[in-house]
Amino acid sequence: MWSDWGAAGPGGDMQWCFSQVKGAIDDDVAEADIISTVEFNHTGELLATGDKGGRVVIFQQEIENKNPPQFRSEYNVYSTFQSHEPEFDYLKSLEIEEKINKIRWLPQKNAAQFLLSTNDKTIKLWKISERDKRPEGYNLKEEDGRYKDPNTITSLRVPVLIPMDLMVEASPRRVFANAHTYHINSISVNSDNETYLSADDLRINLWHLEITDRSFNIVDIKPANMEELTEVITAAEFHPHQCNTFVYSSSKGTIRLCDMRASALCDKHSKLFEEPEDPSNRSFFSEIISSISDVKFSHNGRYMMTRDYLSVKIWDLNMENRPVETYQVHEYLRSKLCSLYENDCIFDKFECCWNGNDSVVMTGSYNNFFRMFDRGHRRDVTLEASRENSKPMQVLKPRKVCAGGKRKKDEISVDSLDFNKKILHTAWHPQDNIIAVATTNNLYIFQDKVI
Amino acid sequence: MSAAIMEVNAEARRILAVSISKLYASRTQRGGLRLHRSLLLSLVMKSARDIYHSSRESEGPPVGGEQPSTEEAMDACSGCPGEANPGHREPQPEPESVEPAPEDPEGCDGEITEDKENRSPARQSRKRRGKASAAPDFLPSKRARLEPGEERYAAAPLGSCCRAGAVDSLSALSLNRVIPAF
Repeated sequence: MWSDWGAAGPGGDMQWCFSQVKGAIDDDVAEADIISTVEFNHTGELLATGDKGGRVVIFQQEIENKNPPQFRSEYNVYSTFQSHEPEFDYLKSLEIEEKINKIRWLPQKNAAQFLLSTNDKTIKLWKISERDKRPEGYNLKEEDGRYKDPNTITSLRVPVLIPMDLMVEASPRRVFANAHTYHINSISVNSDNETYLSADDLRINLWHLEITDRSFNIVDIKPANMEELTEVITAAEFHPHQCNTFVYSSSKGTIRLCDMRASALCDKHSKLFEEPEDPSNRSFFSEIISSISDVKFSHNGRYMMTRDYLSVKIWDLNMENRPVETYQVHEYLRSKLCSLYENDCIFDKFECCWNGNDSVVMTGSYNNFFRMFDRGHRRDVTLEASRENSKPMQVLKPRKVCAGGKRKKDEISVDSLDFNKKILHTAWHPQDNIIAVATTNNLYIFQDKVI
Repeated sequence: MSAAIMEVNAEARRILAVSISKLYASRTQRGGLRLHRSLLLSLVMKSARDIYHSSRESEGPPVGGEQPSTEEAMDACSGCPGEANPGHREPQPEPESVEPAPEDPEGCDGEITEDKENRSPARQSRKRRGKASAAPDFLPSKRARLEPGEERYAAAPLGSCCRAGAVDSLSALSLNRVIPAF
């Protein structure tokens, strides 16, 4: 059976330490500050967060000490900008929320960085560039910008670039709008670096990064009669290496893998991943808890991971009838589903992520707990993101939830869990053991003691 | 009724009540109705309805007093017509998900563009009368009227389930109609 991964040991055991926390300290959380997405870029040097207020904040890693085991880095604010504003759809009399649903970085091609950010209806491509020089010595303008009297100009000179304080500018380069009737839940950049997909509840569109006035519809599961609707698309992602392959998950707990070479409209899947339901677990809420909230390919492209309400499943792309691994995130909640339905927590959409070498997966839970599952060593751990454990380099103590019976010391009982403190969004640095964990309005950065 | 069955019934009714209030609450949500959430709510309501109905069936003839309010709850769920409108335009998310929308005539009439502003009063009819128009005890006291146009769907295959009255109708009730016409 799986063992608890608490004790430190020689030879590569991970010991997570607090590194930094970003965001307001006070308990009164402004709704606009609620973090809605977290994403490292491809090198891990940049970390982007999006919030309910439509803002994007990018942190940049500054390495203080390169040498293990004292490796220290800090993420500091690099750029902040308002990506999306609230809008109003006059035709439908509906407000369009500015909340950033997803951010995805483009691989870096030149000095500038590019990311895609999306709200419910519109995707935007942002260019983040640095400016550390400014021109000086204009012929027609004074230093303060006022125009010179032409009669006073007697000679000509070439303006020179002089150093200035670093300025980071974010500018919207493309706006991909009006392609989604329903709410966008995913965007995914293709490995061809030219196209990307966006998915809403019923449709998936393929875009070219250079073309904003049209997109290809590649999946459409809208029934002719909406009364016959039985499932919606919940997440979608391109394969990390095969530019023709993508997957999308559904509210019924299925994942479909599609090959764009097969046909223009990928309504027929190439593979259907589905695990038969365990009849002994049937309840009023079986359908809700089987709905997949996130799907992520492993970095090597051989596996994919799905998150439903109570578990994380790893699927081998070559085996459709069941996952190869299943990890229970918080099985103790199964008997509480009715209360979780009443307080709306059962609708929470948890995300999941892989570490750089696909050996460990991570996902969030309640009470500001997050869970890691070490696939290789068959261990799991529950850690907590809290201000109480936020002394510099403080080692995180594993937490344990007592499901029933006698509560041991240091254990927390299920009824004491705070369901308002949920970790929905987590991200793992692509190479190193540095993780970013978002609580409601704070971003915690933890790193392995030994990097 | 056995205690266990009564408990299941009570649970099913409670879940149904909670679900309906969530559907009502989602009408005022920022960003409009969420299709995924509405679908999940309707699935739970369907489960609750099925379990309630099958447990009552197994108990034989129902107790008279309990029946009307539950039927009203079921009827309230069935109120949404859903819209069959392939291709003509993208249907809008309905604010009222638990009752028929004013826009539904388009789906029924096909090519005829409905002038919603100047609808003839003669076409309006109240489908249900009597006990069904009384608000169920667990719904908000100010219950919205049944909108005109509900009667139109009586002709549709799914429409037959919307008649109030016989307990048997509950089994044919399509909770699919809870999904708003998006």
